Amino acid sequence: MRLIVLWLVPAIAALATGLVPSPRVTRWRVAVLVGAAALHLGVTVSLWSSPGESALNGWLGDDPLGLLVLTLVSTLFFVAATYTVGYLRRATPRGGRVFVSGLLGFLAATTLVALSQHLALLWVGLEATTFTVAPLIFHRHDRRSLEAVWKYLVISSVGIALALLGIFFLATAQHGVPGNPLILGDLLAHAGELQPMWLRAAFLFLLVGFGTKMGLAPMHTWKPDTYGEAPALVGGLMAGGLTSCAFLGVARITEVTMRAGLGPFVQPLLIAFGLVSLATAAVFILGQGDLKRLLAYSSVEHMGLLVLGLGLGGVGAYGTVLHLINNGLAKGWLFLVAGNVVLATGTSAASGTRGLIRTLPASGILLVMGLFAVTGSPPFGPFLSEFTILRAAVGGGHVWVAAIMLFLLAAIFVGMAVLVLGMALGEPATDAPAERESAWLLAGPIALAGLVLLLGLYIPAPLQRALAHAATALGGGAP
Amino acid sequence: MQTTAELLLLLVVLTDLAVLGSSRLRTCIRAVAAQGLLLGLLPVALASRYTVHVVALSAGTVVVKAVVLPLFLLWAIREAAVRREVEPLVGYIASLLLGAAAVAAGFAIATRLPVPDVAEPVLVPVALATVMIGLIVLTTRRKALTQVVGYLMLENGIYLFGLTQTESVPFLLEVGVLLDIFAGVFIMGIVVFHINREFDSLDSSHLTELRD
Repeated sequence: MRLIVLWLVPAIAALATGLVPSPRVTRWRVAVLVGAAALHLGVTVSLWSSPGESALNGWLGDDPLGLLVLTLVSTLFFVAATYTVGYLRRATPRGGRVFVSGLLGFLAATTLVALSQHLALLWVGLEATTFTVAPLIFHRHDRRSLEAVWKYLVISSVGIALALLGIFFLATAQHGVPGNPLILGDLLAHAGELQPMWLRAAFLFLLVGFGTKMGLAPMHTWKPDTYGEAPALVGGLMAGGLTSCAFLGVARITEVTMRAGLGPFVQPLLIAFGLVSLATAAVFILGQGDLKRLLAYSSVEHMGLLVLGLGLGGVGAYGTVLHLINNGLAKGWLFLVAGNVVLATGTSAASGTRGLIRTLPASGILLVMGLFAVTGSPPFGPFLSEFTILRAAVGGGHVWVAAIMLFLLAAIFVGMAVLVLGMALGEPATDAPAERESAWLLAGPIALAGLVLLLGLYIPAPLQRALAHAATALGGGAP
Repeated sequence: MQTTAELLLLLVVLTDLAVLGSSRLRTCIRAVAAQGLLLGLLPVALASRYTVHVVALSAGTVVVKAVVLPLFLLWAIREAAVRREVEPLVGYIASLLLGAAAVAAGFAIATRLPVPDVAEPVLVPVALATVMIGLIVLTTRRKALTQVVGYLMLENGIYLFGLTQTESVPFLLEVGVLLDIFAGVFIMGIVVFHINREFDSLDSSHLTELRD
């Protein structure tokens, strides 16, 4: 019942805010948005105290991995919803009707992905995210956002189409095997009987297809343009929530193939995609001139780390699941701060922006802290998860993987530090006094920063259990 | 019934090649509409008995793929006032040769795969060939609208492969998939409309402002 509520509330709210033609009443729409987000978060938290629900003949369920993704998306969305209150006061093209409705539709679609135990249903949800965010990317209605949305639509539609082919391959692999078709639990129970050739083909197509939605290199080309042009809070929801949902798709097929004993086929592919993504991110981060595009390449980097940990196996799988949470929260934090910078200065380009710590004290400090968090410095959460992945590489005998990873992470740190510190420090171009920033625009990033810091210092017991379960399902284990 | 299905699949390949070889956008859209109609007839031709599931799938496919989407695309080119320009990056003859190679590759791959015996033997090769030709159209044509046509063909190829799995994929999901594709093409069409208004051209190669 709760699972249906989780999915239906945002879907109905999206329809209501989209269909009711009242151009003036932005306030009403924002109230619906925040209300739906709060309700969603409340129900999600209640799932932690009494999990194990399923609905629609077992098509929806809350297994540990799905619940982790759901909680991440729900938290991020609630924060983004409160941020929207402040954002729409400053920038309201066309009354915010399409914007609020698109955001709620996005929440409905991502919830469906997180709860799907049926892989084709997961696909339907993930495809639905593509066109719920399209109007959000096109929010400004200018040439640049038009180009961004076209690239995004074409590349991710082709990716997701290939993933559908992969789903059909998986159904073919399951032909004649007992159990309900494409239900995750039944696939896992009879994984050994799946036709290995079709299963391999399915893995390849799903990795490339969902990898495109994740933004793994070399299928990442839509990402800098999309995150660069979309409003920052949309970028945050995509880099933190949408990519995590796409990763869930990759994780599901990895679960099945690992259980079927295809680890030697699957793992090198995941490691290769991980390293290529890290390298691509490093190349484009060095010398990058735009804050939001920088964050986009940072997202490519972290997606690479996720599949790298998955490919390394063992404690790497645990590191990956933990990193999924850390990266999601940290990306939300940084994008929202970048949004504050854009609202104040009118641009996310680095050239000409100096001394943010003086002109925007709160956002400036949050930006510098975020730099250290997202590049994996202690005491923030990403340090812990990246270190776990590194340990898996060394422990598993992949010393060269560990060496390349360390080198690339160092290069990425340098590239990001140059741009972010250049914007934050120095003499401001104008002598204007420090701006008073809206509480609505600061509460969200501060809350996310607190969570990322907390995860670096202490992991609560229920979360620890869920992480361990998810890691075991992915063929690894807790350290 | 075997022969009817084979005939339909043969016609699907011909519509693939028609898109590759035509220089007119309208012809491309009509060919894709014809392909949608053939796709709609296939579930009935392949079925051993006519269940509600099969008939509804056929009807839904014909409505979406043969009527609504082509009419929408034709509306888009009328609004955008374009007629001829498919503007290939690769010539028509070369495109056709590529298409023929795709069909050959489809058959070559399919015969090596352990295809489940329930399926009509020609189904998997034609599906793979249509997927590849869809990708060819997507990547070798400059016009945004022609790229949408290529995307539709790609989806059609995947749909054909999905027909081998009609028993295992429940009806509800097929509705979901159809709706998703419908919405995807619809939104692409709207974006195409905006591209035209913004740049006075449907040429996606104008979209080069964003780069590193």
